[in-house]
Amino acid sequence: MTRREKYDAAQRRRSLVIAASSTALVILALIILVPMAPGWEKVQSSFFNRAVLAKSFPKLLDAFLVNVMIFAWSAPLIGLLGLLIALARDAKSPALFPLRLFGAAFTDIFRGVPVILTVYLIGFGIPGLGLPRPWNSPYIWGSLALILTYSAYVAEIFRSGIDSVHHSQRAAALSLGLSERQVMRDVVLPQAVRNVVPSQMNMLIALQKDVSLLSFIGPVEIFRQAGVFKSLLANFTPYVGAALIFLAVTIPATRYADYLMAKQKRERR
Amino acid sequence: MAKLALRGVVKRFGEATVCDGIDLDVDAGQMVCLIGASGAGKSTLLRCINLLEPIEDGEIFLDGEDISVPGLDPHPVRARIGMVFQNFNLFPHMTAIENAMLAPRRVHSKTRVDVRGEIESLFTRFGLADRMQNYPDQLSGGQQQRVAIVRALAMRPDVMLFDEITSALDPQLVGEVLDVLLALKAEGMTMLLATHEMGFAREAADKVCFLKDGNVIEEGPPSQIFDAPQHPETQRFLARSK
Repeated sequence: MTRREKYDAAQRRRSLVIAASSTALVILALIILVPMAPGWEKVQSSFFNRAVLAKSFPKLLDAFLVNVMIFAWSAPLIGLLGLLIALARDAKSPALFPLRLFGAAFTDIFRGVPVILTVYLIGFGIPGLGLPRPWNSPYIWGSLALILTYSAYVAEIFRSGIDSVHHSQRAAALSLGLSERQVMRDVVLPQAVRNVVPSQMNMLIALQKDVSLLSFIGPVEIFRQAGVFKSLLANFTPYVGAALIFLAVTIPATRYADYLMAKQKRERR
Repeated sequence: MAKLALRGVVKRFGEATVCDGIDLDVDAGQMVCLIGASGAGKSTLLRCINLLEPIEDGEIFLDGEDISVPGLDPHPVRARIGMVFQNFNLFPHMTAIENAMLAPRRVHSKTRVDVRGEIESLFTRFGLADRMQNYPDQLSGGQQQRVAIVRALAMRPDVMLFDEITSALDPQLVGEVLDVLLALKAEGMTMLLATHEMGFAREAADKVCFLKDGNVIEEGPPSQIFDAPQHPETQRFLARSK
């Protein structure tokens, strides 16, 4: 070991000890001080009630499967529609001008309106027209509302991905005789999609949370189920339980997206 | 008849005139080098020939056919003209051989099986046999540039354009790329180069054209241009490039 290595190792040990002890101190203080705060018992029984949590948690998990289901069929459709809208907005041929206009209007409208408003308008409005079963299901129209809103955002991300591919790639592909369409399909899009994977991951995480908005139009998903327990048991712990279940999914997913983003940054260097 | 002929080619970017009425002939099997300072219009001229940039005035003839007619479908023309760029511009999401197979498959509607043999032999010929399955970021600059040349050759072009293809390379990698050009010249490929490699131009070119401010100031065999330049601008440029 050189003296520099010895010094660095000692420094590392020292930092580790300091970080560990200061963290332990803070946690200890929280454990001792928080229960001493006035009204803590009330907070604890209302938000962190073990008995209530034990009673509601299994049903909350079941209800979360509804979220997962809605998410699972919406996400691929959002990807597909988002990509089509992005391509429509980049259409160059004059005959396709209406398509371009449609793409622009679509993104403007669905990015400009609050999600909950779209959910109400489509999720309540369309079944309200008196459609026969099963076409009046709020699952269908609620999902459609999410699909439309999220496609608008996803389309914009795809577009930024298309713009991020250097124009020299286009020139190289064109110089080989490829048509505009082939250049887009074989050269630009594969790189564009890869470039925006981390951003799209973040959209998926947002979608996972926004599925809960459908609770307002009927489906008993986790947020609604927690509300039922809250009324039944006059306690807020079920909401905390629901939050924990969301976090169990979203924290790993966010970390993974961050990791992908950092990795991409390294590769671009 | 010249393989490639330019008559009064004018190219403007807004107010700036980058090519100011350029006349140029490249005969079949000739290697012609364009020299001149950065911004003289060499690269732009090559991009115009490949129809990547529309020209404002003049004509460009390939085998006697005017390819600069406004409204002409550029894609089949580009398929006949190979181009290699300064920064390689390989497709980073494809292996070296996929890079080379893409255009024959898409433009000539061939299958991988149809083209693989011919393209593999190109890779082998230019010392890249063990690099075919590598992605561009796994290759050195010299290897990437040779792959880019193979990619252009895979379309069996009539003419090849080279845009300062060694300018982005480390000095020790320049030789392996220039060797490829010599091999192509030996087999009779018609080539037009924009280059800063004066030594190579002197040694290998059939004709050298000195460009300044979008004009061909002087052209002739390398012996004349390098050893007895007539025009004072050429003399000044060459004195600075030594």
